[in-house]
Amino acid sequence: MLLKTNRWKIIGLIFASLLLLLLMCGSIIYGYTDTTWKMAWDAFQFNNGSNEHLVITTVRLPRALIAAAVGFSVAIAGVLMQTLTKNPLASPDIFGVNAGAGFAVVIGITMFSMGNLQAITWVAFLGASIAAIGVYALGTAGREGLTPIKLTLAGAAMAAMFSSFTQGFLVTDEAALEQVLFWLAGSVQGRKLEILLSVLPYLIVGWLGAMVISPKMNVLSMGEDVAKGLGLRTGLLKVCIAIVVILLAGGSVAIAGPIGFIGIVIPHVARAIVGIDHRWLIPFSGLLGGCLLLIADILARYIIMPQEVPVGVMTAIIGTPFFIYIARKGFNAK
Amino acid sequence: MSKNKTVRFLNGKVSFLFDRRAIKVFSIAAITAAIIFIISTGIGDMKISPLSVINVLFGGGTQMEQLVVTSLRLPRIIVALMVGMSLAVAGAILQGMIRNPLASPDILGTTGGAAVAVVGFLAFFSDENNALTVSIKWMPLAAFIGAGVIAILVYILAWKNGVSPFRLVLIGIGVSALMQALTTLMMILGPIYRASQANIWITGTVNGTTWDNVKILVPISVILVMIALFMTRDMNIQELGDDIATGVGSHVQRQRIFFLVISAALIGVSVAFAGGIGFVGLMAPHMARRLVGSSFGALLPVSALIGGILVMLADLVGRTLFSPLEVPAGIFTSAIGAPYFIYLLFRTRNS
Repeated sequence: MLLKTNRWKIIGLIFASLLLLLLMCGSIIYGYTDTTWKMAWDAFQFNNGSNEHLVITTVRLPRALIAAAVGFSVAIAGVLMQTLTKNPLASPDIFGVNAGAGFAVVIGITMFSMGNLQAITWVAFLGASIAAIGVYALGTAGREGLTPIKLTLAGAAMAAMFSSFTQGFLVTDEAALEQVLFWLAGSVQGRKLEILLSVLPYLIVGWLGAMVISPKMNVLSMGEDVAKGLGLRTGLLKVCIAIVVILLAGGSVAIAGPIGFIGIVIPHVARAIVGIDHRWLIPFSGLLGGCLLLIADILARYIIMPQEVPVGVMTAIIGTPFFIYIARKGFNAK
Repeated sequence: MSKNKTVRFLNGKVSFLFDRRAIKVFSIAAITAAIIFIISTGIGDMKISPLSVINVLFGGGTQMEQLVVTSLRLPRIIVALMVGMSLAVAGAILQGMIRNPLASPDILGTTGGAAVAVVGFLAFFSDENNALTVSIKWMPLAAFIGAGVIAILVYILAWKNGVSPFRLVLIGIGVSALMQALTTLMMILGPIYRASQANIWITGTVNGTTWDNVKILVPISVILVMIALFMTRDMNIQELGDDIATGVGSHVQRQRIFFLVISAALIGVSVAFAGGIGFVGLMAPHMARRLVGSSFGALLPVSALIGGILVMLADLVGRTLFSPLEVPAGIFTSAIGAPYFIYLLFRTRNS
């Protein structure tokens, strides 16, 4: 734990917020269309309709906001899942929640030709919930109850199942493949501000919900028996956690497609910085998650310029080594 | 009558012990495979009766029948059979080695590695007119290398004073997620025409196989399966657990890497010719285990046959049910396999 006293934690929180803002500005400035800080300033003060100004206000700004919001949400979902399941590898993508939401959205777009953003969001929630409940049920079934290995395997099974279904759908429908391919990779590019606005209410509910239950998460992390002994209604708390996770993960998938590994990596980094108190851990993870996704998105523009790497691919490339590190370290070490 | 039958050669220097029940199951499976092989050869746009198929196989029949059977249908059905066998044997080896019934080539990332190699091959070696700049014949080699590299990489990364099966699975899951991301990246980089071609291939299909493919595939798979059959003793010992296996004098880690190489080679060769036909490596060994138990001498041959049957059936359904649309065989194996996977997970919940 890097920051020990509350004063340092507040300073750290302010610093992380500033970093997030700075990266959002960076995300607005850097890219294929050459723009400067001054241009960005002008674009919001007195937009002259020039190409650069248009790019900044209609392309870059939504993109930066979306990346920040999605990173924020996915990281918090990761923290909640890791505490709930006592599994350091828990995250929406490894547990198949992303794949479930992805499959539901693909079905919605291809079979029912859904264009309505609200409808797609709800479909994503539905898919995420089915996958999450399925994985949790499978992982807790049996005599020993919830074990990390069962849960991880259940997640992998769910993810494999949903992604093979998705693939099956796309093979039979070439036009649909073209339509959803970029979305399936996970990307924050080319999305309008309306998409964010339609999902934002759910995300905000999720963020606030996570903060409200954070003191109780601390009790839960001491172990279920202890938590019960201390008078915590664990069943109710678990349902709350599940709802928050589904809101955050499903909402993120609806905006940006399945973006992996942020949900695993960030909680660990945040824990190393502020320790295991969820009241600090949750906001820190959110801010850092936003930062990481913004960085990944900025890098994604430069690697194979003028084309772009989908940011989901970038986070997978950044995240896999970390995942392997945690997997090697083992489950027992804290 | 005893449960086993002993066969001795060379004055008893070489001997085999056969489980009578296993022999019975094996014969039934072999006959079923043969029947499906013949029926599948007969069904299609032009229907040929099973008897005429046998007639054609022995050199008879009309010229038209000859053409349809030998140059159109036989190659793909042989490839389906071989691929099913290879995947099933690879899956059986992996499950025995990892001692987890849920291990499969799909979960361990080997299939993913092969997929990245192939999609990368299609993306890098096409020019702006979507034409391949090198011969498509090299694609199997690329898949083979991809599967091998990832298998070895996963193994090395899982190494920490030896490889624990659990760590192997975890690393496999992580690496296959990365492989999936890279595959998507390659598909986006390449032209969309290639992307849909690659997507069909990733799903797994035996459509468009030629005799050239058969000539490469058959010897490799047969040899690999034979090698696997000769290793059954070691596999039986490994399944007892690392401690006991070491205790009875088995080189656990050395054998484990050997098994891994064999299974990677089997997966590589099948992915190269038929793409990522999913879940066969998971399902076939399980079905075989329920029929003949978990001793590898009986398990490997029976699961090979079941794997072959599964892929042949999936191919048959794929090319007839939605005719003239051709649905990749991999869709059907996944459609059955994925729920089966979940079911298995539920059944093994207490272990």
